[in-house]
Amino acid sequence: MTTAEKRLGTVANYVDERTGAAGWMKKSLTKVFPDHWSFMLGEVCMYSFVILLLSGTFLTLWFDPSQREVVYEGVYEPLKGLKMSAAYASTLDISFEVRGGLLMRQIHHWAANIFMAAIVAHLLRVFFTGAFRKPREFNWILGILLVTLGLVEGLFGYSLPDDLLSGTGLRITSAIIQAIPLVGTYISFFLFGGAFPGVGFIPRIFTLHVLLIPGAFLAVITIHVMLVWYQKHTQFPGPGKTEKNVVGQPILPVYMAKAGGFFFIVFGITAFLGAVASINPIWLYGPYNPGQISAGSQPDWYMGWLDGLVRMAPPLETHAFGHTISWNILIPALIVPGILFTGMALYPFIESWITGDKREHHLLDRPRNVPNRTALGVMSITFVLISLINGGNDIFATVFDLSINQIMWFSRIAIFILPPLAFVITKRLCLSLQRADRDLVLHGRETGRLVRMPSGEFVEVHEEITPQERWTLTSHEQQPALELSETDSRGVRRPGGFKNKIRVRLSKAHAVSVPKVTAQELKEIEHH
Amino acid sequence: MSAVSNEIEIIDDPGAPAHVPRAADLNPRSEKRAEQQVAILFGLSGVGSLLLIYSYVFVADDIFIFIPIMGNQNAHQLGLGIGMAMSLFFLGMAAVHWAKTLMPETEIVNHRHEFRSSDEDRADFVKTVKDGVAGVQLGRRKLIKRSLAASLGLFALPPVLLLRDLGPLPKKQLEMTSWKAGTRLVTDPGNRPILASDLEVGSVVQTLPAIAEGTERLLSDIAKDPVLLIRLRPEDFQLTPEKFAMTHEGIIAFSKICSHMGCAVALYEQQTKHLLCPCHQSTFDVTRGAKVIFGPAARPLPQLDITVDAEGYLVARAPFNEPVGPSFWERNSQ
Ligand code: HEM
Ligand code: FES
Repeated sequence: MTTAEKRLGTVANYVDERTGAAGWMKKSLTKVFPDHWSFMLGEVCMYSFVILLLSGTFLTLWFDPSQREVVYEGVYEPLKGLKMSAAYASTLDISFEVRGGLLMRQIHHWAANIFMAAIVAHLLRVFFTGAFRKPREFNWILGILLVTLGLVEGLFGYSLPDDLLSGTGLRITSAIIQAIPLVGTYISFFLFGGAFPGVGFIPRIFTLHVLLIPGAFLAVITIHVMLVWYQKHTQFPGPGKTEKNVVGQPILPVYMAKAGGFFFIVFGITAFLGAVASINPIWLYGPYNPGQISAGSQPDWYMGWLDGLVRMAPPLETHAFGHTISWNILIPALIVPGILFTGMALYPFIESWITGDKREHHLLDRPRNVPNRTALGVMSITFVLISLINGGNDIFATVFDLSINQIMWFSRIAIFILPPLAFVITKRLCLSLQRADRDLVLHGRETGRLVRMPSGEFVEVHEEITPQERWTLTSHEQQPALELSETDSRGVRRPGGFKNKIRVRLSKAHAVSVPKVTAQELKEIEHH
Repeated sequence: MSAVSNEIEIIDDPGAPAHVPRAADLNPRSEKRAEQQVAILFGLSGVGSLLLIYSYVFVADDIFIFIPIMGNQNAHQLGLGIGMAMSLFFLGMAAVHWAKTLMPETEIVNHRHEFRSSDEDRADFVKTVKDGVAGVQLGRRKLIKRSLAASLGLFALPPVLLLRDLGPLPKKQLEMTSWKAGTRLVTDPGNRPILASDLEVGSVVQTLPAIAEGTERLLSDIAKDPVLLIRLRPEDFQLTPEKFAMTHEGIIAFSKICSHMGCAVALYEQQTKHLLCPCHQSTFDVTRGAKVIFGPAARPLPQLDITVDAEGYLVARAPFNEPVGPSFWERNSQ
């Protein structure tokens, strides 16, 4: 034993005698993680969160979260002598007078964008591969919670500098709150500490932004990751992989080295963006003044789709009994997102209700093999993308030389037509891909080589695929649709007949597929 | 595979493919090369750290250098950023390259177990809970049960109550602005009163209500008070007689605060005589009393009744006759 080993041994012994950690650690360190590029998306979320914690803490050392009015006396000439809030002035100071401050601000803002992009990508990966199925429904819901927290955290974050752009965002936020029937005005006055813009909002969202929400994030992320650990990661189907095993690299050393390295790579890329790509140059916008506005007002992209929905809403208000209900605000800003997020959170339960499948699933689906779910996903993405495009309609109008009216009307119509269309097209595409898989298994790969048959006709030579590939293409199960008879075994009509009818219909739609190749069929082919 | 619901015969699992060793596993020269590559990557990370330190200490923040594509760049900022990016990125690359080329890469198989507890454990658990609950005897102790419920209900109130002082009650604040009969319209910025005769046809002026010398405007007032003055030819208007009476010789005054969500309606198109809100593109036709002709806003911009005082300066004849800005539940007018 070397001295280093001896010393480590002493430490390990000391800890283990007091905690009994060795047994657990031994098991954990040989824990297996399957490898696939899409499994890194969750890691990117985690790493960008750490980057946000580090860069954000740096910013707190100089940021002054106060709406107190000050006169700017800093080095940035164009704003010298102007009245502004201490929050805005200190953000200018961070940008121009703290060395590395601008870099940290830009890293922080880029990390926020990467964080949200990674969360969305991770969520889509989990959705399209069916990783949310039993036993992972809890983690799916925690994930939806994280997206929601991320939206709020990001909104609060870019509102902190109190510049003209973000102040406009807060104006809109307060209008949304005010639109809530009955209590809206009160909530708005309480949150802002009076009539907009109030005196308390920036310091309050600062506390939420740097303490409460990161704390909530930390708690949720911890549970999320612990559940992944405990339930073990899912894996893609393939030779040697079953519902009963996990195949991959052990934590020590490979996974640890790769994951640790990957953190620094993500951090490095974020720093590179912070170094070369300007983001949120608040000194160009000027301090917030509710009587002014900058043209082309845009929120960060993860809020942009909501803004797009608000823009396309019809001008509807109800006036009755001395009260006003603003449908033009409530529907796009609260009701539609509410339905969307609730639907997302409930999806695992809806799907298992439709399929009647209550078993555990650890092998992932290839998206094409579950056409209905895949189509639903693409439909939702289409919905959000149209909203996002409309959120940037002023920018698209200038770039593509269109009128804003054209884009707005396109969006208003497209939001109803394109998502269902995307559903139908995706479903068909999935089925053709299944058919292609089937052909591949039955007839092998096209080689492009032509051979002349004795009869004189030309045929293309097909190359047989490997048994491994064949397994990958055929090992998924094809669940038949649910059959619920209207009557029970004694011929009595079941209660809930209508519900059952819907369930059977949905189940049928869900089960549509191109029959996969069976061993029987392969044998028959071999005999020819 | 056991869990196949449809009864077709499936193809056999050929099992995991055989392990293919990497170059560095077979060839000592490749191994050496991989080792050197890792060392170089670590070295580049070090160079990045040094670049950062150098830029922090020695590069002044007013030096600009020309970089192709990016144009003129601040050398201090760029040095800090690129240095930091390099020091992080190459550290990560080194670790990953090391893991990929040199660390053992054989795959391992772990086994999964169903999460459901055994029937015995479940039964035991249910029994434990039942016993525990029985010990509490809530069923028998009605008095305790009711007082507990009551106290828990009350217990929830104080935390909510404690938030009461977050802000004042709205009262009538959303319904009121600083405009009163006789308030002069003054330019923003500049705070100068405006002679009606100085406004040319086609011109637009942003105004605020005049305030006493030496007082400060509150931001919450600036969020409600701004008014846009626009002068057209009187015959350009298509207004109801009441609304026309609120104009003065072709000068019409609207709240600048969008009736949708309260942004400043800042864009005026001379030819079309439309006001456009940059937030969600609600468009208001000035000639028709700021009627909404496009976008999500549901109401015209409130119009301010104006006239001139004895000296010819523009003043409000009356306060706004409806609340300005976005709608809210208590708002009681069309
Ligand atoms: C976890 C998710 C987080 C997100 C999505 C997020 C997002 C943002 C965004 C978009 C900004 C505006 C940056 C700018 O352009 O100036 C911001 C500002 C800020 N954030 Fe965060 N942040 C997060 C976490 C944190 C944490 C953990 C801290 C501190 C411990 C923090 C501290 C700050 C500070 C002090 C500012 C304002 C300073 C400035 O803008 O210069 N943030 N945040
Ligand atoms: S705030 Fe003016 S259109 Fe929405």
